[in-house]
Amino acid sequence: MKKSTLILHIEAKTGKTKEERRENGKKSALERSALLKKSLRFDKAAYNRTLGEGAPRSPLLRNCLAAFLVGGGICLFAEALFRLFLSLALPDKMAGQTVSVILIFLTALLTALGIFDSIGRFAGAGTLVPVTGFANAVVSPAIDTKSEGLVLGVGAKIFTVAGPVLLFGVFSGAVYGLLYYLFLLIF
Amino acid sequence: MPSRIMPHRGITVFSYAAVGGKEEHIGPLGAKLDFHDESGLFGAKTWELAEGEMEGLALEFALSKADLKGSDISLVFAGDLQNQCTATTHGLLPFGIPTLGIYGACSTCTEGLLLAALALGSPAVLRCAALTGSHFCAAERQFRLPLEYGGQRSPTAQWTATAAGAFLLCRYEDAPSPVRVTLSASMVGKPIDSGVSDASNMGAAMAPAAADSILTFLSESDTAPEDYDAIVTGDLGKEGTRLLYRLLEENGLCIRKQHTDCGLLLYDEAIQDIHAGASGCGCSAAALAAHFLPAFAEGKLQKILFLSTGALMSPSILEQGQSIVGIAPVICLEGGKQNSFCGAD
Repeated sequence: MKKSTLILHIEAKTGKTKEERRENGKKSALERSALLKKSLRFDKAAYNRTLGEGAPRSPLLRNCLAAFLVGGGICLFAEALFRLFLSLALPDKMAGQTVSVILIFLTALLTALGIFDSIGRFAGAGTLVPVTGFANAVVSPAIDTKSEGLVLGVGAKIFTVAGPVLLFGVFSGAVYGLLYYLFLLIF
Repeated sequence: MPSRIMPHRGITVFSYAAVGGKEEHIGPLGAKLDFHDESGLFGAKTWELAEGEMEGLALEFALSKADLKGSDISLVFAGDLQNQCTATTHGLLPFGIPTLGIYGACSTCTEGLLLAALALGSPAVLRCAALTGSHFCAAERQFRLPLEYGGQRSPTAQWTATAAGAFLLCRYEDAPSPVRVTLSASMVGKPIDSGVSDASNMGAAMAPAAADSILTFLSESDTAPEDYDAIVTGDLGKEGTRLLYRLLEENGLCIRKQHTDCGLLLYDEAIQDIHAGASGCGCSAAALAAHFLPAFAEGKLQKILFLSTGALMSPSILEQGQSIVGIAPVICLEGGKQNSFCGAD
């Protein structure tokens, strides 16, 4: 039933409009003004419009600097590993993959040890943007939900944070693949 | 037009206790807690059960201070932050007290005390308890992100207190010890739509409800802020307090001198990373049991308004684009047998 239809039904049944039902429809104008005097004058729209005025802001410069340093540090570490694997005669692609696996493993380990959330709180985007952020987003719900069991806990809830990224990541990958295939067919 | 204020004749809070976790122990009220557990697990296996264990402990301490046991309590009004008040009912299992579960988000403390005072109007009720608690870890799991998720919090975000408070009430004539504090009046809060839909700005979501309740109570009781030693809100935090002042001052009322917020009492901002302050049912309950009621017992306070503030929020309603509704029930506490609503006994 639509809301407008519902209102008509109720009005027909009670013989009163919505306003009359809520205000009980019997108060004199004087009583109503006395009521108004006692309750708060609160303009919801204006309140929400001016909510930000004087509100504390995130320390943008500090956050950017922390993100740059930690994020950069992670990339530097990864690059060093990459060079190391190359020098050990690993092919390009495999060296890159090994670096990702190591970063994911380290994140999982630090998350499980309860250290990663503190690093993340300091670094913000610095740990969120690299593969570390994604690894943490999968491991943290897995740890969190183990009290509900392996299937209904971990199994059902492991992707509660990373789920949208996975779904739309895989979907856009498929779309991109299709476009790429068509591109190759034409040219 | 009947008044919205309900006077209570001869009702006292005769025993109380507060329990907390590690952060609450580090905070300024830490030394006044009856018990704390560094691990936050209180001997339970999960955070959800820990919340219940903690509430049970608070009740146990309150009972033992008055040398009573569970069967001496006629009924308890109790609630927490979890779905269907599961923590509370688990925690209350060993006591065997008839239980009425209540849910007012973070306003549960005042809601329970108000209902207990009303219930004592019935001669069948000899002693009544009000009990509430909240647990940071259980609340994060139910409302926000996994505990080990590494992200930054908004500066307006608040920290759900791991704390519980228990209160035992009775009529003057049944009090086991000299009456130190009277619950003289109460007022049920109205749900107020704040229009705020940001779950990390609960202070802003609750400020309009708190402002409405304070203004209405003062206006209906024909009193001014100066008539009270303190006007205490539950968990508005820094941001909510700022907005409360603004809303009230727009309505011609200044309470800056009298106002205190429990959310700003529980933690030490200088050493604890808690952003805008504490929140949760346990926040106002622990502050009342560990700070305000002892101050009445020591004669440092004579009359306060106490309103726990609740932000009625669920992740589903926010994901559906709705705003958070706030609510703020009020109680008035007075020293000894003073009662400015019924006259002293």
